Amino acid sequence: MNDRRYPDAVADAFPVPPTEFTDRDDRTVEIRPYDGSDAEYRSLVEMYDAFDPADRAQGIPPGGEGRIREWLDAILADDCHNVIAWCGDEVAGHATLVPDGDAYELAIFVHQTYQRAGIGTHLIRGLLGYGQSVGIQKVWLTVERWNRAAVSLYKKIGFETSNAESFELEMGLRLNEGDEETSESDTEGS
Amino acid sequence: MKILCGIGGSDDSFRALDRTVERAAVANDDLTVAVVDNEDSSVSPDDVMRRARDAIGDSGLDADVRRVEGDPGSRLVEIAEREAFDEIVLGGGHTSPMGKITIGPIAEFVLLNAKTSVRLVR
Repeated sequence: MNDRRYPDAVADAFPVPPTEFTDRDDRTVEIRPYDGSDAEYRSLVEMYDAFDPADRAQGIPPGGEGRIREWLDAILADDCHNVIAWCGDEVAGHATLVPDGDAYELAIFVHQTYQRAGIGTHLIRGLLGYGQSVGIQKVWLTVERWNRAAVSLYKKIGFETSNAESFELEMGLRLNEGDEETSESDTEGS
Repeated sequence: MKILCGIGGSDDSFRALDRTVERAAVANDDLTVAVVDNEDSSVSPDDVMRRARDAIGDSGLDADVRRVEGDPGSRLVEIAEREAFDEIVLGGGHTSPMGKITIGPIAEFVLLNAKTSVRLVR
């Protein structure tokens, strides 16, 4: 069931991290690729351990440190691409691209203390700039349709709805011009 | 309890099957397994039937396995109503590479349309 659709047009160029900006609450925030160090890993675990369960989406982030580590170990693997928004040495938000056949699945989380300050927009643009710089062509995501703030953010970025038939909306973005589409890779149907 | 477990051959449907059989054996449920069409499944209905009979045989239960053709969601809802089942059991969805839970179209239809309780097995 790998019949995801993507916009024909390639998205504009996004800024490549590291970048820095001042958020709407006057905090200095830096966007950087995850460096794989123990210190950054621990800071990420801390952010997710304090994450408001009301902001979970489709079961992630999971609750409890054990499950958080298990989940992070999967999405911080070498074939994934991760970008973090830092406020000092505290993680304000995290965005990730996880490989899925010939495309990548995107997710982004901003800690409740740092929401509604414009960090999400900078963070996702930073992740997509990073993705462009490493040659990723197609990105998809799902979002709960009642999450209007997230849906409008993704639309503003350039994502187009590719499937609106289920509880979650599926959206796609083309990051780089690819060679002609290779035929859809087989994933197990379920 | 009279239980209708709908499976179409996805991984989560087999998990639902195993857990439902396990529970039925303990709780003495009156279990029927309905093998439905699932276009997203790579396992043939015959193999799904065989898998269901094996699971039931291993448990020592006396449960009915039947092939249900046509639109899976509406057929399950219809059978549950006509034959007075107490509950419909389905697989609880699959997870994306990211770990996001996605509920399939059959479960979505049944959740929104069934008059019985619906159990999604995680």
